[in-house]
Amino acid sequence: MEIGLAHYLAVAAIIFSIGVFGIFVNRKNVIIILMSVELILLSVNINFVAFSTHLQDLGGQVFALFVLTVAAAEAAVGLAILVVYFRNRGNIAVSDINLMKG
Amino acid sequence: MDLAVLLPAVAFYVFAGAAIAFAFGVVSARNPVRSVLFLIMTFFSAAGLFVLMGAEFLAMILIMVYVGAVAVLFLFVVMMLDIDYVELRQGFADYLPLGGLLSAVLTIELIVLGASWHISDKAQELRQAPIDAGQDNLRAISEVLYTDYAFFIEAAGLVLLVAMIGAVVLTNFHKKGVKRQNISAQVARRAEDGVELVDVKPGQGL
Repeated sequence: MEIGLAHYLAVAAIIFSIGVFGIFVNRKNVIIILMSVELILLSVNINFVAFSTHLQDLGGQVFALFVLTVAAAEAAVGLAILVVYFRNRGNIAVSDINLMKG
Repeated sequence: MDLAVLLPAVAFYVFAGAAIAFAFGVVSARNPVRSVLFLIMTFFSAAGLFVLMGAEFLAMILIMVYVGAVAVLFLFVVMMLDIDYVELRQGFADYLPLGGLLSAVLTIELIVLGASWHISDKAQELRQAPIDAGQDNLRAISEVLYTDYAFFIEAAGLVLLVAMIGAVVLTNFHKKGVKRQNISAQVARRAEDGVELVDVKPGQGL
C-alpha cells in the first residue's frame, strides 16, 4: 500500500488532537500544557512537510523551519515566565493565576 | 509485494505508531519527567517521518533544536521546580470524558478533511520554490533560504534574540544582601578616595 499525503495528514491530525486532549485533561499543570502546545506545533510541521513533499515545493519546509523557530522562542519565554511565577507564588497551579481577574 | 514499496510502508507505520504512542504518553504520564522523555521520543519519531518524506535537513534540525535544546530546557525546569505534581494531577479524571470526546471528534473531522483534500490543478504553477529532483535537500533549502527568504530568516533570528533577552531579563534577579563585584567602581577608584591621611596630635587618640 502506497504511503501518500493522506497518511501523513492522518498522523498529524491524531497528534494535534492528542495535544488538544493534553491541554484539556492537564488543566492544572502548566508544564504539561506547554508540552501539549509543542505537540500541536509538531503536528503542524508534519502537515507543512507533507504538503511540501506532495507538491514538490520547498516553501513548506522553509515555513516549517520558521514554525520551529517560533516554537523554540515560545518554549524559552514560557518556561522563563513559569520560573518567575514559581519564585513569586511557590506553585504553578493554573487555577491560581487569576490576579488580573480577566 | 515488492520490497521497495513494502519497506517505506513498514517504516512509516513504525514511526507513525511510535509518534502517536509517545505523544499519548506525554499527556498521560503521571511523572512530568517521564512526559519530557516521551516528548523527546515523539520528536525522534517525527524526525523519522520527516526523513521518510525526504526532508532530511528539517529532521536533523528537529532533533537538534527540540531534543537538544527545548526538551532539555523542559527537563531542567521540571527538575528545578519543587512542586507536588500529584496535587496538580487532580481533576484528570473529571476532564477525561469531555476531553476524550472532543479530541476524538476533532481527530475524525481532521482525518475526513485530510482524506478528502483536493489539490488544485493550478497548484503546480503556483509553487514558489519547486524541488529539483537531482539536488539534495540541504543544498536546495540553503539556496532558497538565503535568497528568496533572506528577510524572513533575519526576522526569525530577531525573534530568537528577543526571546533570549526576554528569558534572561525575566529570570535574572539580584538577591538582597549578597555582595557583588562592581568592576566600574573598582576601575574608577583613585588613591585620593582610598587613602586618608590623618594628622594625629601627640597625646590624643583619633
